[in-house]
Amino acid sequence: MTSAEQNQDIGEQLQQQVAEAYSRGQPLNICGGSSKSFLGVGSNAHPIHTTEHRGIVSYEPTELVITARSGTLLSTLNRVLADQNQMLPFEPPAYSANATLGGTMACALSGPARPYAGAARDYALGCRIINGQAQSLRFGGEVMKNVAGYDVTRLMTGAMGTLGLILDFSLKVLPLPEYQLTLACPSSVEDALHKMQALGGKSQPVTAAAWIDGTLYTRLAGARSAVIASAATLDGDPLTDDPAISAQFWTDLREHQHKFFQQSAPLWRISVPPLTPPLEIKGDCLYDWAGMQRWLFSTDDAATIRSTAQSAGGHAQLFRADDQLKALVGVFHPPGDHLMNLHRNIKQEFDPAGLFNPSRLYADL
Amino acid sequence: MSTALFSEPQTPLEESARMSLVQEFLKFLPDESVLHVDEDLLPYESDGLSVYRQKPPVVVLPETIEQVQTILRICSARQIPVVARGAGTGLSGGALPLVNGIVLGMAKFNKIVHIDEQARTAVVQPGVRNLAISEAASDFNLYYAPDPSSQIACTIGGNVAENSGGVHCLKYGLTVHNVLQVKAITIQGDLITLGGTCLDSPGYDLLGVLHGSEGMLAVTVEITVKLLPKPSSTKLLMAAFDSVEQAGDAVAAIIGSGIIPAGLEMMDKPAIIAAEAFAQCGYPTDAEALFLCELDGTAEEVADQISKVETLIRNNGVTRLHVAGDETERLLLWKGRKSAFPAVGRLSPDYYCIDGTIPRRHLSTVLQRMNEWSEQYGLRIANVFHAGDGNLHPLILFDGNVEGELERTEELGGKILELCVEVGGTITGEHGVGMEKINQMCVQFGSDEITQFHALKNAFDPDALLNPGKAIPTLNRCAEFGALHVHHGELPHPDIERF
Repeated sequence: MTSAEQNQDIGEQLQQQVAEAYSRGQPLNICGGSSKSFLGVGSNAHPIHTTEHRGIVSYEPTELVITARSGTLLSTLNRVLADQNQMLPFEPPAYSANATLGGTMACALSGPARPYAGAARDYALGCRIINGQAQSLRFGGEVMKNVAGYDVTRLMTGAMGTLGLILDFSLKVLPLPEYQLTLACPSSVEDALHKMQALGGKSQPVTAAAWIDGTLYTRLAGARSAVIASAATLDGDPLTDDPAISAQFWTDLREHQHKFFQQSAPLWRISVPPLTPPLEIKGDCLYDWAGMQRWLFSTDDAATIRSTAQSAGGHAQLFRADDQLKALVGVFHPPGDHLMNLHRNIKQEFDPAGLFNPSRLYADL
Repeated sequence: MSTALFSEPQTPLEESARMSLVQEFLKFLPDESVLHVDEDLLPYESDGLSVYRQKPPVVVLPETIEQVQTILRICSARQIPVVARGAGTGLSGGALPLVNGIVLGMAKFNKIVHIDEQARTAVVQPGVRNLAISEAASDFNLYYAPDPSSQIACTIGGNVAENSGGVHCLKYGLTVHNVLQVKAITIQGDLITLGGTCLDSPGYDLLGVLHGSEGMLAVTVEITVKLLPKPSSTKLLMAAFDSVEQAGDAVAAIIGSGIIPAGLEMMDKPAIIAAEAFAQCGYPTDAEALFLCELDGTAEEVADQISKVETLIRNNGVTRLHVAGDETERLLLWKGRKSAFPAVGRLSPDYYCIDGTIPRRHLSTVLQRMNEWSEQYGLRIANVFHAGDGNLHPLILFDGNVEGELERTEELGGKILELCVEVGGTITGEHGVGMEKINQMCVQFGSDEITQFHALKNAFDPDALLNPGKAIPTLNRCAEFGALHVHHGELPHPDIERF
C-alpha cells in the first residue's frame, strides 16, 4: 500500500453518500472493518463503507493526543503509538485484524485495564461526524480540557453509529508502562472477588485483575522498581518471567482468544457493581475487571439473565449469539422508560430520517 | 445590567405573575425557602463573575427531591425559566439570574449520604462542597481527585454542571472521569438516573453529556463519586527558568519521556513575583518562568520518577531546581500557586481571569502575542497555566473605576480566546461558557454545530426553560458578532450598553 493509500480523506464523498440517502430516505449500515459486525442487531440497510477514509491526521506524543480518520486500522494506530512508547490506555479489543478506529469508538469496548485506566469514553477528546442531515460537524477538540459546548464526543462514543457517521476522532493517549508482571494465585471465586476489590484500594501499580477457573490473575505494570516491590507484597507467583508472555495472556483474554471462549452457547457480557457475589445463573463464567465485567456462556433464558443482573444493580448484554436469538430478545439492556424517551429524542435530533444503523442498538432507534 | 447581554429581548416577570408564583411555591415550601424581597434576593444577583449582575424575581431553596420535582413541574406549566445554582463560585456567569425566571438554589442539598469504604464511592447531595468529600473520605484513607482551586467553597453539583478540573486532572481526570452516577430531574419533573455503580451503562452516554452542560439539560439532585486511595508517596519539585520557552520544553520532555506527573503548574514572572509577595513561599523572583511538578504513587515509583525528571529538567536549561524537603515545604510551595489569583488581585484594583486551552506546542507564540497586546492595550497580564494540559489562565489587571477599562479588558480577553481557537485550542478549559464567552462560541463553532447543540438541548428541554440564553449562542447573535468583527472593534451601536 502506498502512503497516499494509507492516508486519504474521503469525507466529502461520504457526506455526498449520506446526502443522497437522506434525499431518498434510504437507511444506511455503517461498515468499517466489520470486526464487530456481530455486536448488536444486524440489518439489511444499504452499506456505507468507511475503510478508505483513513490515516493519522495529527499526533503529538509530548501532548498525549492523536487524531485519526475513522477507517484507520486499530493495529496501525497501536503501532504508531507504540513507536513512541505510547498506547490507547483503555486497551480496546480488535476481534479481527480489520478493526478500525471508527468501530472502536462507536462500540466503545474497553479491555482488562478498564477498572484502573478508564474506558473508551474517558479518552475521547473530539470528533468530526456526519449527522443524519448530511452535515459535517466538529465537536470537542485536540486538547484535554475543553468545556465549550455540549459533550457530543462522548455521546458518539458507544452510540453504535446510530447518531452519526464518525469521520475522525481525537484521543488522549498515555505512555506504555516500562515493565509488567502477572501474578497467578489459586483462589475461590468469592475470595478472589474480595481480593480484587481490596487491591484497588491500595496504592499499588495494579492494571488488571481477573478470575478464571480457580485462579486469580493480577497484572502489575509501571516503573520496574515499583512492580517488583509490589509483587513481593502480594499473594501469588509470577505467571512467567517473560513480560511478553505476561502481555499475551491479557491480549488473549481481551481478544476472546483465551480457551475459555471456545464454547458454543450464547455469550453474555454482564456488568455489575463492585463486590457483587456470583449470580444465580447457570453457565460457565469468567470474571474480568476485578469482577465487574463477567463473560457468561449460558443457555438460560434472556429474561432470567437480564432480571438477575438488574437485581444485582447491573445489566446484561447478549454479546455473541445467532441472529435469530438477538432479534428475538434484543442485544442491549433496555435503559428504562424515561431514558428510552431521551434516547428517542436525541436520535430524532441527530438523525431525523432514521438513516443510521436502524435497530442496531435498540429496536426503535 | 442591561438586557443587551442576551440576544433576545428579556421581558421581566410581571409583578402579579411573580407574586402568584411565590404563593404557589409557599404551598409546599416553608417561608424561609421562598425568597422574594429585595434584601433576600441581592446575594443571588451574580455568581463568581460579578461584573454581570441581575436581581432574580424569585429564589427557591428546596431541600427534597420531591420539592425540586414540584418546582420544575410548576415552572414547566407556567413556562418560567429556571437557573440552577450551587455555591455561586462559577467564573463565567453561568448562574447569572434572568429577569423572567427563578433561581433554584441547591444549597440545602448539603448532605453526604453515604461513603462506601469497600466500593470506594461516596453518594452526596449536589450542594456538598468539593473539599468536604475528601475530608469525609479521609478517615478511610480515600479522597475525591478533582480539585478546582475554589474547592473549599464550590459544590459538587456545580462541578458536574461545569465539568470542573483542577491541578491534578492531567493524571486523575476531570469531574466527568470521577463521577459514576447522577440522579437528576428533567424540566418535566421526572427523576432520571444517569450512569450507575457498574463500570458502564447501557445506551447513550447521557452521564457524559450532562457534565459541562451548565444547568441547561437537567437539575442534578444526587451524585455518586469515585474515591481513590491516597498515594503512599508524594514529592513536589520546583524548577525555575530564564524563559517560558525553556520551561515549556522541559514540560514536553517530561511528558514525552513517559512520566505523567500528578500536577504540573507553570507561572510567568509577574505571577511569580505576586505569589511570592503574597505567600512568601520561596519562589525565585528573578526567574522568567517557574513550574511545580508533583509526582505521586508508590515510594519506589516516585523515587524512580523524580530522578528521571531531575535529569530531564537539567537538560533543558533550568536555573534553579529544588525538591520540597518535607510535607510542610511541599504545602507551602503549593500555597504560592493556589493563591496566585488573590496575590495578583493585590497588584491591581481588579483582575479578569481568562480560561483558554491550547496545544502546548503553541505556548510561546500565544504568550508573545499576549505580550504585544498587553502593551497595545496598556493592560498588564500575569499568567498561570495548568502546563500539563495546556490550560491557560491569563489574569488581566485593570481598574474598573477608570472609564472604558473594563470594556478594553473584555475586548482583550475575547482576542486571547480567539487566539486559542486559532492555534487549535478552545475558549474554555474548565470555567464554562456561561454568559461570558458566548460570543466566542461563534468563533469556535460554525452555525451547523451550534444548531446541533440547540437540537440536543431540545431533546431534554423542548421549551428551553433550563438556563436559557447561556452557553450556546443563537445564530442571530453570531451573525451580529460576526458583523462586529468585520468592523475591527468599532461597535456598530456604541450607545448600547453591553453589561
